[in-house]
Amino acid sequence: MKPRRIGADIVVVARGYYRNPAALFFSLIFPLILISLFGLIFSTSGSGAVTLQVLDEDGHSPLAVQFLSALNNTTIVKVQLVDPGSVAPGEFAAWLGQQGDPVGLLIPADFSSNVSANRSVDLTVFANPQDASAAGEALFAVSGVANAFNLYHAHGTELIQVPPSKGVGSEIYTYIDYLIPGLIGFSILTSPMFSMVDVTSSYRKEGLFRQLSLTPLTRGEWLTSRVLWYVVLTFAAAAIMLGIGIEGFGAHVSIGPGMLPFLLAGPFFFVSLGMLAGSVAPTPESAAVIGNIITFPMMFLSGTFFPVSDFPPGLQTFAHVLPLYYVIDGMNQVMLFHNTTRAVTDLLVVVVAGVVVFLLAIRLFRWRDD
Amino acid sequence: MPDAIEVRGLVKRYDAVTAVDGIDFSVAAGSVFAFLGPNGAGKTTTVEVLEGLRKRTEGDVRVLGLDPWENGAELHRRVGVIPQDFRFFEKITPREGIEYYRALFGTQVDPTDLLTQVDLLDKQHARFDQLSGGQKQKLGLALSLTNEPEICFLDEPTTGLDPTARRAIWDVIRSLKRQGRTVFLTTHYLEEAELLSDRVAIIHHGRIVASGTADEIIRAHGRPARLEFAAPPALVDALSRSLGVAARAADGRVEVDLPDPHAAARVLAAAEASGVPWTSFVTAHDTLEDVFVRIVGAMDDGALKAEAGA
Repeated sequence: MKPRRIGADIVVVARGYYRNPAALFFSLIFPLILISLFGLIFSTSGSGAVTLQVLDEDGHSPLAVQFLSALNNTTIVKVQLVDPGSVAPGEFAAWLGQQGDPVGLLIPADFSSNVSANRSVDLTVFANPQDASAAGEALFAVSGVANAFNLYHAHGTELIQVPPSKGVGSEIYTYIDYLIPGLIGFSILTSPMFSMVDVTSSYRKEGLFRQLSLTPLTRGEWLTSRVLWYVVLTFAAAAIMLGIGIEGFGAHVSIGPGMLPFLLAGPFFFVSLGMLAGSVAPTPESAAVIGNIITFPMMFLSGTFFPVSDFPPGLQTFAHVLPLYYVIDGMNQVMLFHNTTRAVTDLLVVVVAGVVVFLLAIRLFRWRDD
Repeated sequence: MPDAIEVRGLVKRYDAVTAVDGIDFSVAAGSVFAFLGPNGAGKTTTVEVLEGLRKRTEGDVRVLGLDPWENGAELHRRVGVIPQDFRFFEKITPREGIEYYRALFGTQVDPTDLLTQVDLLDKQHARFDQLSGGQKQKLGLALSLTNEPEICFLDEPTTGLDPTARRAIWDVIRSLKRQGRTVFLTTHYLEEAELLSDRVAIIHHGRIVASGTADEIIRAHGRPARLEFAAPPALVDALSRSLGVAARAADGRVEVDLPDPHAAARVLAAAEASGVPWTSFVTAHDTLEDVFVRIVGAMDDGALKAEAGA
């Protein structure tokens, strides 16, 4: 591998790119449109009564029962009691995360005793971070009823306090927060896949690879130069989406060096996969079909637009075999949950898969015919 | 001069089809070798084997002493190639293309020199997809020279070009020879081969059917030189009687074979003496093209008859 040759090839790729408006559109403008569109749609949604899963650790004390029936009467939320036996102590948030409809309220064991003794007590609302409106409505209803109880039982003292809702993880997230890693993943997938499949098969058809095979450029150098180029594009797309997400829609994501391995390993994997798909296909037309068969399921089922935890179990299992899931989950762990262990596991999956596909692509890909 | 290319018993089969069926030839270093044949004769397959782009089925091939398939990478640093239908990156200009190749090969050629040599300097900043066919071919030629090659393989470099563009490519080929490079040229323009090459081989149905210098091939396979009169058929009898030479009448012309160039004066004198009215005459001799058509045509006729007989 000679850096001089890789550098010269990147220059050619870059020139081809900025002289081709369609390619630029897909790589940079498309992500911009996506984040704006989804940001606008999902920051203003919400309708109907929210189902509120209530874990009553106070054992149906008269006060708790009274509180819950008042809550039900608001018609904003529909109370659904959770069997305390099915939830391990302190694991309510995690348990909610596994449910299809995870907006929850925790009534602590010392609820009525504290209120009777005029001691303050917290009622915690847990909300599905993707569904900001449901979270808001649940919080609104619980706060409203809590205020009424405070007025009646404590003569205005805020005995029952409702702090800001807690996420299914540990913090408050809005849909846009989830959308950013998802859409970065989306562009890590689509930008190389659509063009690498096409480039690989049409270069072969047009004899450009034969042309290159007559130079000292190796297949590995050629593929490396593409990977590096798509890393550059990925950084640009990520910057656009972070900028719009944070400035335009008030997203709360942490930007840090933890993102870097995913912004490198992601393009590494998908550029190699695109080349592999393009080189096993006999014609550019069949290459496009193969590319789409690979790309489309991953585009929607890897947690790009919707969290995988919202999927039915069968589909969740399927999502876990999609490499993009690990890219997006990893970035979620880094940017939202700060769960380093899981991020490292995700990264390992992507890197190992990337190395396998890279080597396979170079091996199966031929510059010249027998 | 050592041989730049040596081919012994080369066979290339694609599944059931035998494209090249046991050919031998060699190309002296510093010479221009023209490889001729009708479409589908096995020209491009042979060139691609020599260039290391295709694996041979049988036989021994040495290019600059190297096995092209096994030592492709080393060979490609020392040879230049324009494939048939040369294509390049659409959005890249000739100058950028040469700079790219220069970086790939790690050579120090001056792009301006190279573009001047192939007469493409005026289009150095035009993108490839805006170049004409001839200009694209010139870029291919320039790129194939970026590594200062010892052998240039030019596979039908002038096919589809207008006469001006073709002559410009010829000039470059001549200058390559002057620079001492070996040129391996495939073409189906016979005049091109006759004009440019030191030696010629004609391949047909995967076999070499004639080889040598153009003159040698014409002498071996062509008809003798002739005088052609615009005259009535009566001239045939008059000349055969008085001179005893072979003469034929066709399309208002009378052809008389010349056993040697000096016979022309005697034939003319006899024609004048015959009293048969003739209006004009030309001397005619077979070109490489005539010979090519004869050889290839005869083989194909033979094949047709054999088929009909079977």
